[in-house]
Amino acid sequence: MNGLDVAKVREDFPVLHERVYGKPLIYLDNAATTQKPKIVIETIKQFYSRENANIHRGIFCLSERATRRYENARLKVKEFLGAASEKEIVFVRGATEAINLVAQTWGRAFLGKGDEVLITHMEHHSNIVPWQILREEKGIKLKVAPVDDAGELIMEEFRKLLTDKVKFVSVVHVSNALGTLNPVEEIIRLAHEKGAKVLIDGAQAVAHEAVNVRDLDADFYVLSGHKLFAPTGIGVLYGKAELLDQMPPYQGGGDMIRSVTFEATTYNKIPYKFEAGTPHIAGAIGLGVAVDYLRGIGLEWIAAYEKELLAYGTKKLLAIPGLRLIGTAKRKAAVLSFTLGEAHAHDIGTILDRAGIAIRAGHHCAMPLMQRFGVSATTRVSLAFYNTREEIDRLSDALREVVEVFK
Amino acid sequence: MNPDLRDLYQQMIMDHNKNPMNFREIRDATSRAEGFNPLCGDHLHVYLKMNGDRIEDISFEGAGCAISKASGSMMTAALKGKTRAEAEGLFAEVRAMLSREPGMPVNAEKLGKLAVFAGVCEFPLRVKCASLAWHTMMEAIAPTGKQVSTE
Ligand SMILES: Cc1ncc(COP(=O)(O)O)c(C=O)c1O
Repeated sequence: MNGLDVAKVREDFPVLHERVYGKPLIYLDNAATTQKPKIVIETIKQFYSRENANIHRGIFCLSERATRRYENARLKVKEFLGAASEKEIVFVRGATEAINLVAQTWGRAFLGKGDEVLITHMEHHSNIVPWQILREEKGIKLKVAPVDDAGELIMEEFRKLLTDKVKFVSVVHVSNALGTLNPVEEIIRLAHEKGAKVLIDGAQAVAHEAVNVRDLDADFYVLSGHKLFAPTGIGVLYGKAELLDQMPPYQGGGDMIRSVTFEATTYNKIPYKFEAGTPHIAGAIGLGVAVDYLRGIGLEWIAAYEKELLAYGTKKLLAIPGLRLIGTAKRKAAVLSFTLGEAHAHDIGTILDRAGIAIRAGHHCAMPLMQRFGVSATTRVSLAFYNTREEIDRLSDALREVVEVFK
Repeated sequence: MNPDLRDLYQQMIMDHNKNPMNFREIRDATSRAEGFNPLCGDHLHVYLKMNGDRIEDISFEGAGCAISKASGSMMTAALKGKTRAEAEGLFAEVRAMLSREPGMPVNAEKLGKLAVFAGVCEFPLRVKCASLAWHTMMEAIAPTGKQVSTE
């Protein structure tokens, strides 16, 4: 696809035509959340305007229709991730809830004192804290595989830490703070050789490259809809059926039960066992449509386009005096995290904001990683397939203005 | 540069950011407090050496953005030698300046040089950066035992 086609793609995203402070919005905070295409917005509007009903319980037309659409979204996500069965797709609030679910069910049931969980130094807080909570409860040990100065996982150290005591490995697919693309296939293979189960946090991966959970042989894979051009409040836990079957439920309530008496309750089958209460029905339907939209554009094209954009952005940014890129892994998603001379990320953020440019300044929910690089915060630019070279040029101009202010 | 930005990043603020005054620990401080701005990671300590009711020495230390650092610098410069009541009075003025509606006047007479922060009110997300040192100072001068957080 050429530049002309990107212009066409941008037509699909109403918010990209907003102006802020009288300037066209340049949205470069896609790792925080992505924008929504018209088709997703329209679908949600349509659902609430014409189809809204609760699912799995009504015996009337609308409920039947809503249930069908909700379950259809599950099928779409199953196809998108290459899962073996739609039973393996659990709808949750997002990546955070999915990881907590696994820690609180699989972790609680199968981990005990002295068992080890291995994570990496580049995890998002959502893949650190749930394991610390489990450590409090169960006396497990949490081990952290180090990263090198480029922001790559040091595989040699990872292998050493992967002892027989490690029962669970939980690793980010693509780092939100650095963009590093981890060798998850190898990680999963090594962990399985030791008999450990593996969760991959795909929150930052799925919008940028094709993922197939069966090819990866991941035991669990998690994602957030809002980082995948879908609404907030919906996400996915993929889990192998045999594991989900063994796991105790997460929350108790409606929909997750088969029958309830005050003496005993039997649980519903998977995935419903993990979907207590009324879910985010419109969100799930929106996610299904977003996934269709993405497949229509083509993840191969997206990956190639973003790779080119990343190379262009890297070159442009490195030409700015005093700019230090944090995260220079060889395999990287379209994230540019940096410091700029003495300028604090927060000041950079304010100056860029007034130029209409939305970026993220801070620790990116990865405080241990910031400490590793000796910074309290970075400025982060994260790209999506609707971003353009012209936007990067404007970013570069605005950053040169920052240099002027702070010289 | 955009005029609002020029108002925010005035030369005086940039100078204090580059070479902050009283940017050190007071070893024999009579009180101290720690302040956090979780949103952007600003983190600072304020040290006070009181002589009766009077601030004999005041300093700060920490990491933060230009606004928070300049604010700490100019605050310590303004408060040295002042009484507790005067410090509290100035805190109230600064707070009024930062939280006023853009375009409203400030009490330039009372604020003196501190009026350089008048432009911050155009940047609601940055008000906490400018007020962090002040809130931390208030905790040091009249401890509640809490860590100061702008959230
Ligand atoms: C790598 C990674 N994991 C997990 C999350 C948590 O996602 P959510 O807040 O949508 O649950 C994020 C969000 O920033 C992320 O970047």
